[in-house]
Amino acid sequence: MVERVRRSLLRLGRNFIDGIWRMGVMARFFGLVVAASGTSAHRFRLVMREVYFTGVLSLIIIIVSGLFVGMVLGLQGYQTLQRYGATESIGVLVSLSLVRELGPVVAALLFASRAGSAITAEIGLMKTTEQLTAMDMMAVSPMARVIAPRFWAGVISMPILALLFSSMGIFGGYIIGVVVIGVDNGAFWSQMQAAVDFRYDVLNGLVKAFVFGIAVSVIATFEGFDAPPTAEGVSRATTRTVVTSALVILILDLVLTAFMLRDDG
Amino acid sequence: MPETLVDVDSVTFSYGRRPVLKGITMRVPRGKVVAIMGGSGCGKTTLLRLISGQLRPTGGAVKIAGESVHGLDREGLYRMRRRMSMLFQYGALFTDLTVFENVAFPLREHTGLPEGMIRDLVLMKLEAVGMRGARRLLPAELSGGMARRVALARAVVLDPMLVLYDEPFAGLDPIALAVIGQLVRRLNDALGATSIVVSHDVNECLEIVDYLYFVSEGRIAGEGTPEEVRASTDPFVRQFVHGETDGPVPFHYSARPYAADVGLAVRGANG
Amino acid sequence: MERTTIDLWFGAFVAAGFAALLVLAFKVGNLGTERAAKTYRVEVRFDNIGGLKVRGPVRSAGVLVGRVEEIHFDNERFQAAVSLALDQRYAFPKDTTAAILTSGLLGETYVGLEAGGEDKKLADGDRIQIAQSAVVLEKLIGQFLFSKAQDDAPAKK
Repeated sequence: MVERVRRSLLRLGRNFIDGIWRMGVMARFFGLVVAASGTSAHRFRLVMREVYFTGVLSLIIIIVSGLFVGMVLGLQGYQTLQRYGATESIGVLVSLSLVRELGPVVAALLFASRAGSAITAEIGLMKTTEQLTAMDMMAVSPMARVIAPRFWAGVISMPILALLFSSMGIFGGYIIGVVVIGVDNGAFWSQMQAAVDFRYDVLNGLVKAFVFGIAVSVIATFEGFDAPPTAEGVSRATTRTVVTSALVILILDLVLTAFMLRDDG
Repeated sequence: MPETLVDVDSVTFSYGRRPVLKGITMRVPRGKVVAIMGGSGCGKTTLLRLISGQLRPTGGAVKIAGESVHGLDREGLYRMRRRMSMLFQYGALFTDLTVFENVAFPLREHTGLPEGMIRDLVLMKLEAVGMRGARRLLPAELSGGMARRVALARAVVLDPMLVLYDEPFAGLDPIALAVIGQLVRRLNDALGATSIVVSHDVNECLEIVDYLYFVSEGRIAGEGTPEEVRASTDPFVRQFVHGETDGPVPFHYSARPYAADVGLAVRGANG
Repeated sequence: MERTTIDLWFGAFVAAGFAALLVLAFKVGNLGTERAAKTYRVEVRFDNIGGLKVRGPVRSAGVLVGRVEEIHFDNERFQAAVSLALDQRYAFPKDTTAAILTSGLLGETYVGLEAGGEDKKLADGDRIQIAQSAVVLEKLIGQFLFSKAQDDAPAKK
């Protein structure tokens, strides 16, 4: 019994130290990626190609999810708001929830599981099949040619996807609120406009999406680059990308929200 | 005796505390094809990685054309690597590029040649390995032997002075194997390059190389020209060349006596 | 993948993102309705601002005429100093009164302006002299109970 407790404590401690160590390695990796970004800048086509694979191919899931999340918010909001006779505020509820929180966060979670995992698996497989080593042997830096374009593609795609998610969600809320339930169209939009501030709500949401984009891209490329070159290693790395990204997104969201509300006054 | 291109001087290497190479010395003359032979896991691929600068030795030095590989910074190493290339065990073709683009890759990365000239060069190299007709295919559509031929074309597209082959014959059928073997020899002579072939396929190597080194347990266990090797009386070389199951390389992984493991020794002591 | 196809998709993707940003800015947000208008600043002091927030609305006759720009505590008079950014399209007389109001029982807190009768108009940097503080619900209930108790007291005797 004592032995078992001792061993699990030992494992906990080791995992903790491992985690810290990994964070350090990842930070260093981030630095290397940024340092190797010159190629991405003067050969932007490399990035565009990756934007196609990470961003454009995530469009379907982002648009459909956004629409449904917005519709659910509309329904739930209506249930609550009608008790206070404030159903016109349904637009406010839907748009503020989406623009401030759900847009960036849910889009980032979807992005991590759709595109992040794909990036990790792709880079992991390239490593397993020695494509990265082959590139290195051809005197072409894999960091500059493979990692950095994927990283920047993620950073570019994420805010765009979050914006689309929020817009689609608000459209979903509009469908439920105005078309289905019959809230007055004018009141729906004007209340929303009165409540949603461009600088404090829309731009702050965009900043969040941008930060999440950096986080997910670093995690996804790092896990792929760091994956043990075996089938099992790659599949584990892929799982780890999704889990780590989700945790980091939620933690960052808390931190960012706290900061943003503070300078809100 | 032509000048030495690759000079490996008492190189040692260990993964963590496990020593892999315990002092390897070998010389590869310019223009020759040299084989490094040995059993699986004897450190011959590690040796190749040391020569190409992917790994750093714990001791000793590797010189290519008089320049120390491990004294170079990253840029110097990349400059050297533009004049050498490596063929990987499974080709390591870029899976998202076509055959043509794979071969064109080093040209596009390192030269500013116009599209027409790239096309001519790529088709020339593909023709040399007999894969010109497959230029629009993706690597996934190729067999193992064909993929390796394309990888070979990619490896020589910049006319390197040194080509390293990591297990070029592994997992090939006899025909594909003979094709690759002949290509290694022909391309080496046609380009005036120097080749180092790491392999455990002793018969194919004896056919095409000029000189062989045998590596066992981190040391050079034997060396010689193909004729010398065939006639060798050295027990290790003999065992390796003739594929005997037991000899200096034991059949058994080192263990306690079998009798002790199954309990016979104990019962024998009692009775 | 053909080069031109990727170019096309990349362009469409970025354009879609930009369009979404525009929608969020002008249709959902307030960029179209407010930022275009120029504003002037007016100061006003309240004894109690209740739940008023920076960026809270300023209304007159129910119409949005500006936003609360800054709130700070005046440590000499022990009052809240609120500065309002009013839309330049609307000019108010010098003797306009300001009050902290709440829309509905649970609605947001805002600053209500009631125009006076003077000819001179408020200019940038002016101060509104007459201000009515927020009605604090607890105080109101306290007063009600107190007066109720006073009413009841003689009857019991």
